[in-house]
Parts: sequence; structure tokens; C-alpha cells
Amino acid sequence: MELISGLVPARGVWWRPANRQERLWIAIAFVWCLVLFAMMPFWHLKGGQNPTGIRSRVDPAAFAERTLRFAEEYGIGDDHGVPLVAPPPGAEVYLLGQMWRWYPALQLEEGVTYTLHLSALDVNHGFSLYPANLNLQVVPGYDYGLRITPNKAGEYRVVCNEFCGVGHHNMLGRIVVVPAGTKVAAAATAPGEETR
Amino acid sequence: MTTAAPAVPAGGALWRLAARVCPVTGLTLNRDSERLVRWNAVAAVVFFLVGVVAALLLALTRWQAVHLLEPVWYYRILTLHGLNMLIFFIIFFEMAVLYFAGPVMLGARQPAPKTAWLGFWLMVAGALTVNAVIFMGRADVLFTSYVPLRAHPAFYLGIILFAVGALIATSLFFAAMVVARRERSYEGSVPLVTYGALTAAIIAIITLLHGAAIYIPTFLWSLDIGTVDPQVYRMIFWGLGHSSQQINVAAMVSIWYLLGGLTVGAVVVNQKVSRWAFTLYVLFISMASAHHLLVDPGMGPAWKIWNTSYAMYLAVLASMIHGFTVPAGVEMGMRLRGFVKGRFEWLRRAPWSDPGFSGFWLSLVIFGFMGGITGVTQGTEQINIIVHNTLRVPGHFHVTVVGGTALAFMAVTYYLIPLVFQRRVRFWAMAKWQPYLFAAGISLLSMSMTFAGSFGVPRRHADITFPEAPFTLEFPPVVDVLMAGIGIGGTLAAIAVLMFVAIAVGSVFFGEKVDLAAPGPDARGIPQGILRLPPQTHSAEASAAAHEAGTPGTLVLVFVFLAVFILYYFTNWKVLSMIWKMG
Repeated sequence: MELISGLVPARGVWWRPANRQERLWIAIAFVWCLVLFAMMPFWHLKGGQNPTGIRSRVDPAAFAERTLRFAEEYGIGDDHGVPLVAPPPGAEVYLLGQMWRWYPALQLEEGVTYTLHLSALDVNHGFSLYPANLNLQVVPGYDYGLRITPNKAGEYRVVCNEFCGVGHHNMLGRIVVVPAGTKVAAAATAPGEETR
Repeated sequence: MTTAAPAVPAGGALWRLAARVCPVTGLTLNRDSERLVRWNAVAAVVFFLVGVVAALLLALTRWQAVHLLEPVWYYRILTLHGLNMLIFFIIFFEMAVLYFAGPVMLGARQPAPKTAWLGFWLMVAGALTVNAVIFMGRADVLFTSYVPLRAHPAFYLGIILFAVGALIATSLFFAAMVVARRERSYEGSVPLVTYGALTAAIIAIITLLHGAAIYIPTFLWSLDIGTVDPQVYRMIFWGLGHSSQQINVAAMVSIWYLLGGLTVGAVVVNQKVSRWAFTLYVLFISMASAHHLLVDPGMGPAWKIWNTSYAMYLAVLASMIHGFTVPAGVEMGMRLRGFVKGRFEWLRRAPWSDPGFSGFWLSLVIFGFMGGITGVTQGTEQINIIVHNTLRVPGHFHVTVVGGTALAFMAVTYYLIPLVFQRRVRFWAMAKWQPYLFAAGISLLSMSMTFAGSFGVPRRHADITFPEAPFTLEFPPVVDVLMAGIGIGGTLAAIAVLMFVAIAVGSVFFGEKVDLAAPGPDARGIPQGILRLPPQTHSAEASAAAHEAGTPGTLVLVFVFLAVFILYYFTNWKVLSMIWKMG
């Protein structure tokens, strides 16, 4: 079989078996692709981080209403213009993205599992938890409920990482994680946090 | 190469009188297709220029120490950059590739030339409309224009016009294949490069149909007719947005095979293997668009796993096959030409000062090592949690579509200038190192983005100091260094593109005409592959011996690649396992 470049029409019977080295590489590549594929179901079974969640459609106004009720029920003070809310362990937690703020600020407890419901009032937003680097898409009309378990006490920020209009880069929320067993303290503002 | 049919069917011969036969490649270039290649390539370079000026402004804004643009203009210029680069530049160039790989490489006539020009001018009108609307500040919605963000109706209409024009050009590629076969302008099966372009064209049709399915309802919605669900929009938009990147992949790989042949006489090690790999793209790559929705609330895990793995990574398999066969073809071609010493004489002795070769090889390495590995890893359902909408995302696609596709397109332009425009390449000394500067700049940009993203730095963000936010956030100091890397890398890459534009425009409009049949003693501005075209065919005996010798150098390269891939992939799982439990 004459070797030709990719510019030349292939004449005659060109569908010949691949040579040894090509066959070897294709076999290895295929096995690697199967590993790549298997890792995802495997992580659903054995891994701790999956974006599955409880997903449903929701009317944006109804979700906002639910979030307000949640903030009233468990609110413990004001935090730079948004309520600081300390839900009890295992609670349904609501976080609403809107131009250009996250509502409300949350106080969670280390090692406790909550169901965090994310949705948007107006346009798409992006939930990006700093410094954990945990990122989720927030879409208006959809309730994304994820069971989350904070694994480290400390200050967290919620960066909006989906473009949502000209004030996008000022959309920053707060989550504070208190050490396991801490009693709910009223108006726990962040240490060293100046008021603007 | 392509042999003119001995007996031209009656009525089909007139075009041949106006056609010319290329003295280097032996290709028959009909006047219409040649002009269409030229005009589409020129339009591509014009929109490339707009896009790269935008790129420079953006890089100098995200470099936090410089922070050039105000937020409103940052988002506006970002919209401009995305559309001009990802849609207008790339697709105009791809239309040039289709006119070249179709009628020109098959030695056929151009079917329906008037319709082809209609398509071209529709594309121009659409692109100009979109640019005008963006500059007027009526479409600050970024490239993705996620509903319910709303732009002026003319924005959507412009994209629709552009897509219709591209649809016409793509359809004419299929027509050219039919005409060539019917009029027997070639014998046997189409060349591999044309076959690759065919897969690009099929993917283009799939892409453009998705585009119609989403932009037409969105256009109507912008006129207050009907509604568009935000999640459905995201799904179908990416059927356009990501599939269009797969046109780029197929077109880029075709150009790798083309440039391999022209620059060093690369052979196709096995026609069946390479054609199957292209076919896998058509069958599975459209599903790739789903990996934009991995952490979206609208879809469940089964849907995400199946679709985002491109049905068990069969399209990734295709790219890994090309990642072997392209360098193996170069190695075998060089060995056939006598560079047989050791494992790597063929690579050491390659024409590194030919921008057609260096651009092609750097495109292959950047796309494979950096783009491919980051892309597959980030597109894994769970790993996407630590990636989505951070700077890791643009860090990935700037080494696929820019370091890969755009660099391949620039490299092939150095050959198109003499072959199609019949001019010497101007500023030849500058052209020789332009690919290296570009590769260095874009690699620095992408690596900086990737590492900054792993600290959670968001993409598409005007100011990560959050000046008017209710809370404060300070990224660690290393992020400042990485953001400077974005600024510096982006500036270097932009300078390299401006050099390219100067070379392309200077050659095409002010360059010295050259007769390739007798270029004279002055070799300046003529790539070495054109001065002395390497052999494109080999005897059966030589070929059998080449297969026997194999490609030991390439084997080393692909195993290094695999080791890096495995390391990067499992490192990401490790990092993921350390964040909050979530499910």
C-alpha cells in the first residue's frame, strides 16, 4: 500500500488494517476513555461531592417569598444591609440571587448537613463559594436544592460568577461557618469587617 | 496530484479556460472558488483584528494593577471580543477552508457562484450589524446572551443573518463534492483533508440548526413575542456555542494534515484510522455542548454523565487518535525523506524557521497537551464543581480555540498567501518568529488563568476587588501575580496577532506578485514547502519499509502526554475530595 499525504485522493483499496503501534495506542486510549467514563458513576457511589441535588421548577416570586419567610424565621441580626440568618441543623436553607446581591447572609455550623436551595429572581447568577471554590449555576425559575456539609469553620464569601448586568462585580454575599457546637449568637458580624 | 479528468463532460468545460493550475501543488483553481477563498480569508482577518484589539483591552483590565476599562466598557468589549473571535473570525476562515478543501482540492468548478457571494455578503451584513449594536451599547449581554438578559432585536437578527450566510456556504461545499464526483474531477476517494473538512461541514450544519432553534425564538422574544425558558436557552444555545467549537476542531485537524503534507511531506499512516477518527467527531461531538450544564439545576446526573462524556468519551478517543496519527504522519514522512537517525532526528531536523511548520506543530502541542487535558478534566461532571465559571474555563479554551485553532489558521495563511494570493509573504523575518511569540503569549495567558481559577477567581468579572460590595474579599497575593500573567501573556499574544495582521494585509494588498513556476533566486517570503514541495506519494516498497520502521519517536511523545493527562486528572479528583460534602 503506497503511503500518500492528506492532500492526495486515496485510490484503490485503502481500508487496510492499522499497524502495530497505531493499534496499541488506540487500545490504550480507549481503555483510558473507559476509565474517564467510569469515574463519574463511581463518584456518585463513593464520592462526597456531586451536583445532583433536588431539582424542581419554581416561580421566582414564590421562591423570593419563601426566602423572606426563612430569613424572618431564623434571622439573628443585620449584616451590612442583609439579614444574617442562623438556621437550625438540618434546616432547609434559602439563598436568593438578584441584581446585585445575595439574600440573606448565612450562619451555618461546621459538620452539620443542610439543604441549600439556590435560585434567582431576575437573570442567571453564579454561586461561587470562596475560598472553598465550590461553584453552581443559579437559574431563574429553577430551585436547585443541594445537601451541603461545611467541613471547616471560618469566613466564606459568595461571589457571583455568572454575568448578571453592569453591577455584577459588586455582587458578593457572606456565609460564616461557626465551629461545631457553637450556640447561636446574635448579630455575629465578621471579625475585622468594616461597615461601608 | 489531482489529475484533470481526461474527458470533460459536455457543457462543463468552459470554467476550465479561466482556471489556473498551481505549478507547485498541481491543484486546479477555478476563478470563483479562488476569489471566494481570498475574500473569506480577508474578512476573517478583519474581524480577527477587531477581536484582538478587544482582547488587548481586556487583558489590560484584568491585570488588576493596570485595570484599564470601566465596568460598562469592560463588559461591552468582552461581548465584542467573544462574538468577533468565536463567531465572525473563525467562521469566515472556515468558509475559506471549505472553499479550498472542496472545489479547489478536488479540482472541480465552483457550483452556484452567485449564491456563494450572496452567502458571503449576508455574513458580512450580519457581522457588521452585530458589531454596530454592541458599540451602540444596546447588547451588553456577552457572547452567551443568556435569557432573560436582553439585547436589541438587531443583535439577534445580525447573528441570524450571519448564520444563514454560513449555511449557504456550507451547503455549497456539499454541492461541490457532488459536482466533483459527477464530473470526475478526481479518482478514488477524496483526500483526507477534504474528508476532514466534510466532517467540519456536517458539524457546521448541526451547529447552525441549533443556532436557528435558539436565536429565532430569542429574536421574537426580544420583540415581546412569546417566551424563552432560561434553562432551555442555555441548553440549546450551547448546541450552537459549543458545537461551533467542534467545527473548529475538525477544521483545525484537517489543516494539521494539510500543513503536515505541505511543509514536511507528512503521510497518512492509515487512511482508515484517520477517517474513522473524523467520523467519531460527527457522531459524538455534538453532545459535548452538555458539559456547560454540569452544575445546572435543570438536568439530572444520568443525562449529564452520558452527554458530557460525549457518549463515553468517543470523541475524546477521536482526538487522541489524531494526536497520534498527526505526529506519526510527520515522523513517517520525515523518515521516508531520510531523517532516520535515532528516535528524534525527524523532529530536530524539521523546518523550524518555516512559520507554516512551527505554527502547525505548536498548535498541535498546545491544543493536545494543554487544551485537551484541561478540557476533558474540567468537563467531568463532579470536577466541574471546582471549575464552573472560574477563570479555569477561559484558561482552557484559550489553548484550544486560540492556541490551537487560531494558530493553525495563521500558520496555513503563510501558505495561502503564495498559493492562493500569489504573493510573497511580506516581513518574512518577522513571520518566522511570529508563531513562537504567539504560542508563548497565549500559553502564559492560559496557564495564569487556569491557576487563578483554581483559587476561585471568577471569569467575566470587571473588578475582583469588589469596590462597592457590602462585604470585602481579598484574594491571596499570588493571584495578583497570576492576573499580571494574564495581562502580560495577553499583551504578547495580541502583539503577535497584530504582527500577523500586518503580514497578512501587507502581503495581500501591498505584497510583491510571485510566479511560483519560476520564483527566481530570491527565496524571501516563500515558505520552504512551496519552494521545494516534499514528495506527497511514495512507492509500495518504501511504504512497506516505513511501516516496518514505525514511529518510535511519536510513541514516546504520546506516552509522555498520557502520563501528564493521568496526573492532572487525578490531582483534580483529589482537590475536589477536599471541599464541602455536597449532593
